[in-house]
Amino acid sequence: MATIFNDTQMTEFKRLVARYPEGKQKSALLPALHLAQESFGGWLSTEALDYVASLLSIEPIEVYEVATFYSMYNLKPVGKFVFEVCQTGPCMISGSDNIIEYIKKTLDIKPGETTKDGLFTLKLVECLGACGYAPMMQVGKIYKEHLTKEKVDSIIAAYRAEAASN
Amino acid sequence: MGVKLLLDKANVPGIRTYDVYRREGGYRAVEKALKEMSTEAIVEEVKKSGLRGRGGAGFPTGMKWSFIAKPEGVPRHLVCNADESEPGTFKDRYLMEFLPHLLIEGLIISSYALGSNDTYIYIRGEYAWIPDILEEAINEAKANGFLGKNILGTGFDCNINVQRGGGAYICGEETALIESLEGKRGNPRIKPPFPAIQGLWMRPTVVNNVETLAAIVPIINIGGDEYAKIGVGKSTGTKLISACGNINKPGVYEIDMTISVEEFIYSDEYCGGIKGGKRLKACIPGGSSVPILPANLLLKTAKGETRYMNYESLSDGGFATGSMLGSGGFIVLDEDQCIVKNTLTLARFYRHESCGQCSPCREGTGWMEKILQKIESGKGEISDIDLLWDIQRKIEGNTICPLGDAASWPVAAAIRHFRDEFEWHVNNPELSQTSNFGLQHYADPIHVPA
Ligand SMILES: Cc1cc2nc3c(=O)[nH]c(=O)nc-3n(C[C@H](O)[C@H](O)[C@H](O)COP(=O)(O)O)c2cc1C
Ligand code: SF4
Ligand code: FES
Repeated sequence: MATIFNDTQMTEFKRLVARYPEGKQKSALLPALHLAQESFGGWLSTEALDYVASLLSIEPIEVYEVATFYSMYNLKPVGKFVFEVCQTGPCMISGSDNIIEYIKKTLDIKPGETTKDGLFTLKLVECLGACGYAPMMQVGKIYKEHLTKEKVDSIIAAYRAEAASN
Repeated sequence: MGVKLLLDKANVPGIRTYDVYRREGGYRAVEKALKEMSTEAIVEEVKKSGLRGRGGAGFPTGMKWSFIAKPEGVPRHLVCNADESEPGTFKDRYLMEFLPHLLIEGLIISSYALGSNDTYIYIRGEYAWIPDILEEAINEAKANGFLGKNILGTGFDCNINVQRGGGAYICGEETALIESLEGKRGNPRIKPPFPAIQGLWMRPTVVNNVETLAAIVPIINIGGDEYAKIGVGKSTGTKLISACGNINKPGVYEIDMTISVEEFIYSDEYCGGIKGGKRLKACIPGGSSVPILPANLLLKTAKGETRYMNYESLSDGGFATGSMLGSGGFIVLDEDQCIVKNTLTLARFYRHESCGQCSPCREGTGWMEKILQKIESGKGEISDIDLLWDIQRKIEGNTICPLGDAASWPVAAAIRHFRDEFEWHVNNPELSQTSNFGLQHYADPIHVPA
């Protein structure tokens, strides 16, 4: 995948930068990294980080510092669908352990791993602000809440179908 | 039914859109504030309301606003803290998702009062679908003359921009948030200088929570004095509580701060009681960093008085026998929950979220997690409990930002109130792996099943 924004992505990038005053374009770094991650296959390679640095006219190290600090930036390739399951207190007391075990068993992967077909990655994450709708996980931009084993099955089936139809 | 000032219209179909929000009386507060009130009068009204910051610290909002420096020719900024990452807390999400215009309206009035022409909403990155909702509301407000240039012909210009974070609890701390908004790592700054003097891009800045800014709308509509009549003592107005854990009706509730904790947990209007007819064991009433209380200290204070859902009553007894209202993240634990395990997940959370700048926090949070892991897995010794106590004491108060305290308090309170459960784990290494300590003497003394 080419690490360069297409026209639509570049328009969005310019919109992000325009939100800040003259000379403060570095403020657009976090949103720009989100855009780059979405545009370049769900993760940020060194080329992608360097590309963002050049677009914002800042040093690559300023981008590395930020990309390694925040948990949402993937610095390694991930599966097409990343299951980020919350494991913090409120989710734990509402049964997240069972859901995590079930996903591990069903997909036959451990946290941090990706299925052999490259479809699913499992990540354990901390509170996502959905504690009242626990157990829960984030997949891309979407929250999947009130998880049960049956619900996990149907979510996996739906993503498999989605991948097969593309 | 208590008074509702924020969520009263939440169930009106279409309230997310400008047209319905406006028809229901929306943006009248902006008209009143910008056309009829001076900026000083607005700050005065907010002071009179007694509104306290809803992000967790409870600092009086009007006073905070009056601290903002006004050097000649230097722009000032209002930043809305929508980072909402304190475990147990999901009220700001509800406001933004379902009542985006209420927040935007509050932001316009507050920006006017503070003189912010460029206002930012910093939202946690995981709430990835909400910026679209907010931007839609911003565009509608702009199209109707409530944002942009020369608002309502007053000469006041204002733009609101939404920025997504990258996934870091620490960016909820206001100076870390500012660093992050500048495109840097979320390392909290040493204060002073305070943001009111040197904040975003070293300019005078006020950072306020989503709910605080939304509350400005009813304050302008009904007036500060009327707002202050709701609630009790220094807990004025209404508060959003996000309730979760082992209850029948988890969700976001607006309370006026006169109801008792018992009513909040057991009444069908709110949590609807403990799930599955089980018994209440403990509760973390104000987000994961506030002290956990066993049921017997939750419903009644140590003096035997009814405990209420407000700032003063929840903190009655100090840390020895009380807790805090905090962010309003209300986490309920039933008789089957293990306090050691629960504390372990919170310790892991704080270790994960420490920015790493100060050694007591960076190292201490990791040690606490390891020791709790050891005790939880049945390999602990009694001396580990004392070591835990010692570590949390050495973190608290010795760090740049309050995350160190936030990491210490849950561990301290768990040992303070549930020491025998920790000891039981140590003394029953095998049994503790297959069963729970249970309720023992922590039980809720009021709701005893027949
Ligand atoms: C570690 C830490 C995390 C915080 N997280 C949040 C948060 O997610 N949202 C929030 O509004 N305030 C948070 N705060 C409090 C802010 O620093 C600040 O006090 C608040 O945004 C001020 O707004 P308010 O006066 O309207 O409450 C946090 C503080 C600390 C120390
Ligand atoms: S207390 Fe922790 S989070 Fe706060 S500045 Fe120090 S290391 Fe960072
Ligand atoms: S603890 Fe899982 S979403 Fe808050």
